[in-house]
Amino acid sequence: MALKLESSKLVTWLQAGPMLLVFVVFFIVPLAFVIMVSFWDYNEYEMIPAFTTRGYYETFEGCVEKWPELCTILRTYLKTLKLCFLVWLFTLVIGFTVAYFLAFHIKSKTWQIVLSLICTIPFWTSNVIRMIAWIPLLGRNGLVNTTLINAKIIDKPLDWLLFSEFAVVLALVHLFTFFMVVPIFNSMIRIDKRLIEAAYDAGATGWQTLWNVIIPLAKPGIVIGSIFVITIVMGDFVTIGVMGGQQIAAAGKIIEVRLNALQFPAAAANAVILLGITFLIIVMLARLVDVRKEL
Amino acid sequence: MREGRPKSFYFLAAFFIAYVVFLYGPMIAIFILSFQGPEGGLTFPMNGVSLVWFQKLFSGAGVVDIGSAFMRSLKLGIVVMIVTVVLSVAAGMAFRKRFAGSGFLFYTAIASLIVPSIVTSLGIALEFRVFDDLVKKHAGDLGFQTFADEWTTGMGLFTSGLGAHLTWTLPFGLLIMFAIFNRFDHRLEEAARDLGATPWQTFRHVVLPIILPSVIGIGLFGFTLSWDELARSSQAIGPVNTLPLELQGLTTTVTKPDIYALGTLTTAVSFLVIFAALFAIQALQRRQARHGSDAGKGMV
Repeated sequence: MALKLESSKLVTWLQAGPMLLVFVVFFIVPLAFVIMVSFWDYNEYEMIPAFTTRGYYETFEGCVEKWPELCTILRTYLKTLKLCFLVWLFTLVIGFTVAYFLAFHIKSKTWQIVLSLICTIPFWTSNVIRMIAWIPLLGRNGLVNTTLINAKIIDKPLDWLLFSEFAVVLALVHLFTFFMVVPIFNSMIRIDKRLIEAAYDAGATGWQTLWNVIIPLAKPGIVIGSIFVITIVMGDFVTIGVMGGQQIAAAGKIIEVRLNALQFPAAAANAVILLGITFLIIVMLARLVDVRKEL
Repeated sequence: MREGRPKSFYFLAAFFIAYVVFLYGPMIAIFILSFQGPEGGLTFPMNGVSLVWFQKLFSGAGVVDIGSAFMRSLKLGIVVMIVTVVLSVAAGMAFRKRFAGSGFLFYTAIASLIVPSIVTSLGIALEFRVFDDLVKKHAGDLGFQTFADEWTTGMGLFTSGLGAHLTWTLPFGLLIMFAIFNRFDHRLEEAARDLGATPWQTFRHVVLPIILPSVIGIGLFGFTLSWDELARSSQAIGPVNTLPLELQGLTTTVTKPDIYALGTLTTAVSFLVIFAALFAIQALQRRQARHGSDAGKGMV
């Protein structure tokens, strides 16, 4: 029996071990390297393994002297948080509405699957393509501008449609609403339909049912979706780069700029700061729900 | 139940349709524009219809070497898919029992999913850089001087690149496995065991056939997530680029519709994979429905 127990333990480890190994080598150790290198020194062409807080110091340069005027890093993070909030708000409202429609108004299982697939398929295609797909629509000579000019609503093309904050938010909402729909839908289909009937029978209006029954029960999905969207937007540099015409500063973008200049310790310091802030947001959100129960 | 459809249905249906148009509209625009005539530009109107921009891609003129980037992404995607499926199914089986470290592995996977991609990518790049420096400095001490001199980097498509992609695909694979086994009827396995099946036979003949459609789903996720991956690859891919990285590079310099042709082509590959996977899942489910019971058919 003891031998049997040992061998079943061994099997379990053989099963889970390879995945653990991949995470250790390509995730845990790299994170440790980020933290370690963030305290290293550097010159124009290499990093120097000597302890210093230069990476952090340079990042926050001017923050104390200039106060109350905001220094670059604070302004950048405020901008990132603003983008984050806008994207979160839009993805939540759109994602919730779509999930609600699919979960409560589509009665046939087949249709539910078909409509969910329609929402899922774009997620399986390239993000870059989905970004550049806005160019023919939003560009100076794009569809939107031409239509508006032809309709005599404006007389010269709108510049803020593409390569602007507007374009960044639009593209991020376009790309990531899916991450809201799935968890919220997943929470909603588990809601016992009799609860809604009960609310109706007890005289609740549609809005009251939504607010007092459905939203509280869909909360875990809302939280998980929010974590996804917020962490993606916080670290994003690709969408902000492409849709912002490489002109908008954001948390992820700073890291990329430092990397392109081969200032690895400075990039690592920024990565640690980004990680810390993202982690704080997640902890606040995760207090609202037990993630593991929701799968 | 209340009869008929409430008013809210029509409002929500309209909202849903608007969302779908929002999802697909821009993509349809570039699909159309990729067939732009030779004189056509980046925006509407169409200036004739042609396949010129596709030809340009394959002839390699103008754009960077798309053909080899395409092949690299394809190979990497297939390897990532296979590794993701095998490791996820194995780990998923392990997670059906509590084991020492199960909580750690679970939270690591979740963390890997939500730590910003650029941080993971940067970490992998740093890890390999430090490793490269070590090799260059110390391989000579161990008597491999020429090796040390010739060493450039350990980074590459199937080392750091593969690892970076796995940190993105494995969490999805594991979560899908959880979802599968949360709905799995354990009595089937007990029955197999009672009938004298070994653990391997139970897995091979009972568990695997039942979960196979979802396992194909994991493969689908593995391939497409890798095929389109960008942020994690950006720092960790090594000397050569994958297709999405080439594409991103093109966005800043592009003035011609060949980028749309490239977009159409990569999307076509994604669609091909999606529909092949969906078709396979359907076929398997139909087969399962037909062979619901294999009583009296024997096992081996």
